[in-house]
Amino acid sequence: MRLLFGSCFTFLIAAVIGLGATWLTLTRGVAFGSLTIGGWTAWPKSGSVDIDPYARAIIARSGELPTGTGDGVTFYARTDDSGNKFDGRCTFSISGLTPAARYWTVTLYDPAGRLVANAIERHGFTSEEIVRDAEGRFAIMVAPLARPGNWLPTGGIEQFVLVWRLYDTPIGVATRTTKEGPMPAIVRKGCS
Amino acid sequence: MIRALLWILGAILLGGIVHLSTVLAMPQAAKQDAYSRLVPLAPVNTMVTLAAPTPDNAIMPFMDPAFAAAVCRYDLTTGSLKLVAPVSQAYTSVTFYTRRSVAYYAINDRAAGRRTIELDLMTPEQHAEVPEEEDVTAADRLIIDSPGPIGLILLRALAPEPGLLTMARRALAGATCSIQPVK
Repeated sequence: MRLLFGSCFTFLIAAVIGLGATWLTLTRGVAFGSLTIGGWTAWPKSGSVDIDPYARAIIARSGELPTGTGDGVTFYARTDDSGNKFDGRCTFSISGLTPAARYWTVTLYDPAGRLVANAIERHGFTSEEIVRDAEGRFAIMVAPLARPGNWLPTGGIEQFVLVWRLYDTPIGVATRTTKEGPMPAIVRKGCS
Repeated sequence: MIRALLWILGAILLGGIVHLSTVLAMPQAAKQDAYSRLVPLAPVNTMVTLAAPTPDNAIMPFMDPAFAAAVCRYDLTTGSLKLVAPVSQAYTSVTFYTRRSVAYYAINDRAAGRRTIELDLMTPEQHAEVPEEEDVTAADRLIIDSPGPIGLILLRALAPEPGLLTMARRALAGATCSIQPVK
């Protein structure tokens, strides 16, 4: 009787621990070998055969195709540099330097990876179309309401994700320090 | 007391095994991975231009809207595959994925170094059968080994401005992937 109770208890706990850990790691996006610069995180190994089992499982579940290492590298941001969650009702500015790359694009998605509907059909910018000042610097305003300059509309959604993709870039698996890859700073400017 | 601790220890160990095996099994179990999403859209061994992602409709999550994309869902069981892709004005890249969405090879237009990207995709067995002289004489012939007989080739062309998307799509429309019958 005690044996039966013990093994039932063990199996139950094992299932809870095992499935719970799987669910947590896959929904929170735990993967090894990440490269974090400010609010931006990339998993350069996810674009190669060295991809770890967690990243594999995450990608299989979401249905996306990772950026290949010979193509570029993808950085994700869900918070600003001080850790404030991206809220579509707030205004965030993105400015500063970008790592060396032939082209880059920045895109705003909802947490599930869908584009966000807005009146001007603007979902992101490329390095070519962005408006810069005389010294070549740029600032992007991510905001629910129209802004002059580079306005990236949030559509007022509760949570969003910014994705910065560098194409034909030396940034990758070997990148370690922030100096090699200066990423643009993200600062919250206030909430409406 | 010791017996209870042993039960708990056993439960934690077993939980770890359950966790690892479910993570490892996920790619096989996933019903909505990229390959499955493309099966109804892309006939086998044919280059198909993908619809641009919109807020209401996207084939895959996190697609870059600045790019025009085309995909070739390949099956090498009847022979090796030849990929020919004209390079667009801005930036073009080709990425090869396994059936389980692992990017095993990627090349961009500058690395390919020509106006068209030309590649031969083979299984390791087919590669071994390529006559050695042919391999040497065609020094600029790029042969890629596919880890398995099926997978995806994703071809992408950048539109630096939204107005150039039609141009990028036109460049991709000239791309082909075709099976080379075994001689």
